[in-house]
Amino acid sequence: MSAVATRYEVVVGLEVHAQVLTQSKMFCSCSTDYLTAPPNSHTCPVCLGLPGALPVINRRAVEGTIRTALALNCEIPEFSKFDRKNYFYPDLPKGYQISQYDLPFSRNGHLEFDVKGEARRCGITRVHLEEDTGKLLHAGAIDQAQSSLVDFNRAGVPLMEIVSEPDLRSADEARQYVVELRAILQYLGINNGDMESGQLRCDANVSLRPAGRAELGTKVEIKNMNSFRAIHRAIEYEIGRQSEVLDSGGRLVQETRGWNDARGLTVSQRTKEFAEDYRYFPEPDLPPLEVSRKWVAEIRASLPELPAARRLRFVTAYGLTPYDASLLTSSKPMAGFFEETVRLGAPAKAAANWILGDFSRLLNADRKEIEQSSVKPAHVQELIQLIDSGVISGKMAKETFEIMYREHDPGPALTALKGSSQISGDAELEAIADQVIAENAQSVADFKAGKERALKFLIGQGMKISKGRANPQRLEASLRAKIT
Amino acid sequence: MSLFQKTIRELHQMLVDREISSLELTESVLDQIAAVGEKTKAYLVVTRELALRQAKAADERLRARRDVRPLTGIPIALKDVLCVRDVVSTAGSKILKGFSPPYSATVVERLEAEGAVFLGKTNCDEFAMGSSNENSGYWPVHNPWALDRVPGGSSGGSAAAVASGEAIGALGSDTGGSIRQPAALTGIVGFKPTYGRVSRYGLIAFASSLDQIGPMTKDVADSAILLQAVAGHDPRDSTSSPRPVPDYLSTLRNGVKGMRLGVPKEYFVAGMEPAVEQAVRDAIRLLEQQGASIEEVSLPHSDVALPAYYIIAPAEASSNLARYDGVRYGYQAEGAKNLIEQYMLTRQQGFGPEVKRRIVLGTYALSSGYYDAYYLQAQKVRTLIIDDFKRAFERVDALLGATSPTVAFTLGAKTQDPVAMYLNDIITIPANLGNVCGISVPCGLADGLPIGLQVIAPGFREEIALQVAYAFEAAADFRKLQSPLMRAAA
Repeated sequence: MSAVATRYEVVVGLEVHAQVLTQSKMFCSCSTDYLTAPPNSHTCPVCLGLPGALPVINRRAVEGTIRTALALNCEIPEFSKFDRKNYFYPDLPKGYQISQYDLPFSRNGHLEFDVKGEARRCGITRVHLEEDTGKLLHAGAIDQAQSSLVDFNRAGVPLMEIVSEPDLRSADEARQYVVELRAILQYLGINNGDMESGQLRCDANVSLRPAGRAELGTKVEIKNMNSFRAIHRAIEYEIGRQSEVLDSGGRLVQETRGWNDARGLTVSQRTKEFAEDYRYFPEPDLPPLEVSRKWVAEIRASLPELPAARRLRFVTAYGLTPYDASLLTSSKPMAGFFEETVRLGAPAKAAANWILGDFSRLLNADRKEIEQSSVKPAHVQELIQLIDSGVISGKMAKETFEIMYREHDPGPALTALKGSSQISGDAELEAIADQVIAENAQSVADFKAGKERALKFLIGQGMKISKGRANPQRLEASLRAKIT
Repeated sequence: MSLFQKTIRELHQMLVDREISSLELTESVLDQIAAVGEKTKAYLVVTRELALRQAKAADERLRARRDVRPLTGIPIALKDVLCVRDVVSTAGSKILKGFSPPYSATVVERLEAEGAVFLGKTNCDEFAMGSSNENSGYWPVHNPWALDRVPGGSSGGSAAAVASGEAIGALGSDTGGSIRQPAALTGIVGFKPTYGRVSRYGLIAFASSLDQIGPMTKDVADSAILLQAVAGHDPRDSTSSPRPVPDYLSTLRNGVKGMRLGVPKEYFVAGMEPAVEQAVRDAIRLLEQQGASIEEVSLPHSDVALPAYYIIAPAEASSNLARYDGVRYGYQAEGAKNLIEQYMLTRQQGFGPEVKRRIVLGTYALSSGYYDAYYLQAQKVRTLIIDDFKRAFERVDALLGATSPTVAFTLGAKTQDPVAMYLNDIITIPANLGNVCGISVPCGLADGLPIGLQVIAPGFREEIALQVAYAFEAAADFRKLQSPLMRAAA
């Protein structure tokens, strides 16, 4: 990549679509719960686009858009309007999407974020509001399906489009931009940041230009990137593909390409020659909106602490490194977990280490979020206290933590540790090991058959019997000796 | 005199006095439909069962004297662009063949609440695009005054129904003259309220920024009653006005004494039939005799209203009609090999030539590279027309002119020349673009064919238009004129 970076400058701009978490849809009172509801159960004449039905603006969605725009340092013009974007597609019931064209709710903002500890800033062109489309379900692969079904539950769900300036210069920057944007949306309570289910979607415009050249190269739009990893991989791939074409003297075509995550490459979807003319014009069914300064001031005053401010506070108030502060604040629930652990009395550095270390490793392996875990701040605080007061060793705490993490209720394992010392005496450990082997014949057999994980389970059982007091290394040694 | 010949006001009194029942009245109108319906072809659907059921319910209400409203038990016709729950509503188009909406338009709900009786859906030009009713996707309507003549359009079915006694009153819709012009051509009263006065929810859209629903009745008082029932803010239509609705009947008889009435010189257009001009000039003189002061005014941008309209309305229509793709409801072409072909075949077969012409026109006007030259320019013209009216209404209370430059023409006379057809609306279109209201009231006959006087009042001053029209109607007494079809049955 470094060779590419010296020959060409990478230019990336992102378009992020984020649903606004409102109770009802953008232009009707149907529920926005499209993920769990049976197909076409949350529909009405308005979101089905039946003849004569008219849209009515959901004020909460407008408020959410302005909140987001203010958090992204945008200007909020006094006048705004909705426009129609006209195109035919079976998931678009009216034959046009109500969107915003030349007078969006906001423009001229910026987003600051870190890349490996270095500060970066990307311009925000605009944040506007539109309606989501329905969802197509194909009977088989899209190019072979004999029929397709359409579910309009998602049609009309409020959707923000956050358009960046082409200020991003690498796949790393693009990923971190989205990480930071996602955190901001979470902090605002506007979107839960779920990329897999499509509540947050990202398209990238990628182009290369010879280093030092001012004018932009031919841009390629990449769609269908459903994770941070996919964004990074797709842009890296596209940089490589484009530089190869340019190196061999070829010309790039302006086109839309889809990211195929399984194959790890982008595939051409449509070229500029077939680009649609959306025939935007002002939506005559909705009068223009006056966004009062009073309303904007009220929304601004109600903004919560945002990730950047919290990050700074974590450094100054808790003495964390900028890197740790950045990791902790990238998820609102994680930052909240940390602060609660500290509030209960844990030293900040130790709390950060536990959360970012063992805890995050276990969560990542399970693809879980911190708020889904049964381990709560009080458990982590107590564990840290037990180490600090010399009751247990750090190593023992680590192993106990994993047990706590696996338990539905981490309390007992922790209670067992409290006020007790480790059992290191051979006789006592032997007895525990014997009991474990007697009660878990299957796991013993598994371990004998070569399953190393089974031993971990047996150690866990021993810790349980000893109420967490057994020295895990010695218990393991004892078990190994007895079984083999 | 048969019951179907009477006005809403007269019949209301008879119903309240228990002289007649709504069932008798409804049957009288249904009988007239049976007698002359094949001649006028005014209806696409007659909802006989529904009408009889509603009439019986209205009679209950009248008997119990419970919540009796001016329209309780009165048989009304609804233009086919209005959605009625579980009644086929097609906007006169084949593309909506068999479409029964699961909801009713707000105006329909308001009439239901009044206890009105629904006779059926009246024929119209497809998606309200036309001035002769010859663009109906089903069949043309014939003028009750001369069956070889058009009734005007697009609300030609509603106009013919009222003029022939096939309805006591009707609702139409007016985008560029579609209530007033057919009212003029069939000798009835037709009123286009100010945009925003009546909810458009459930009105199958033609041009959303211009469409407005209004009454079509035998006389001015009936229009006031019908408008009163349907006007007012609707939370389901963001373009409907929150302004309170005045009591139109309370000011109806105030007369024109001391009023200033303007006559726009631009409204006596080239090509106006001499008999029409004469009748309108006579009408103006009559109003002067009633105590109004008459002065000539100028609406200098009137000549560009028609071209601006034929950009804005088709542009909006091209977008509004995009939803008719045959996938979810209405007509679906058979034999398509893929989705795109299904879209194309459905729209090829489902839309008539005028609708296609306007979709092409509107699509072109909105296209990248042409938007500024056409759509944006037309919107600027619209602003000039709004300003024309504002300036005129600083000097006068209302404006007077003809509704249509001609009387009803022969079927087929203008179908080969779209521009000649478009010129029918040259004096009605400015009121739609200018956000004002306009009413057409009969002002005479030429060779046995009706002529309409148009009264235009400022935005949301419907009471002024009604007051002037009523004063004229009372003084001129053309109200007693009835079409041969109505007279014959008497």
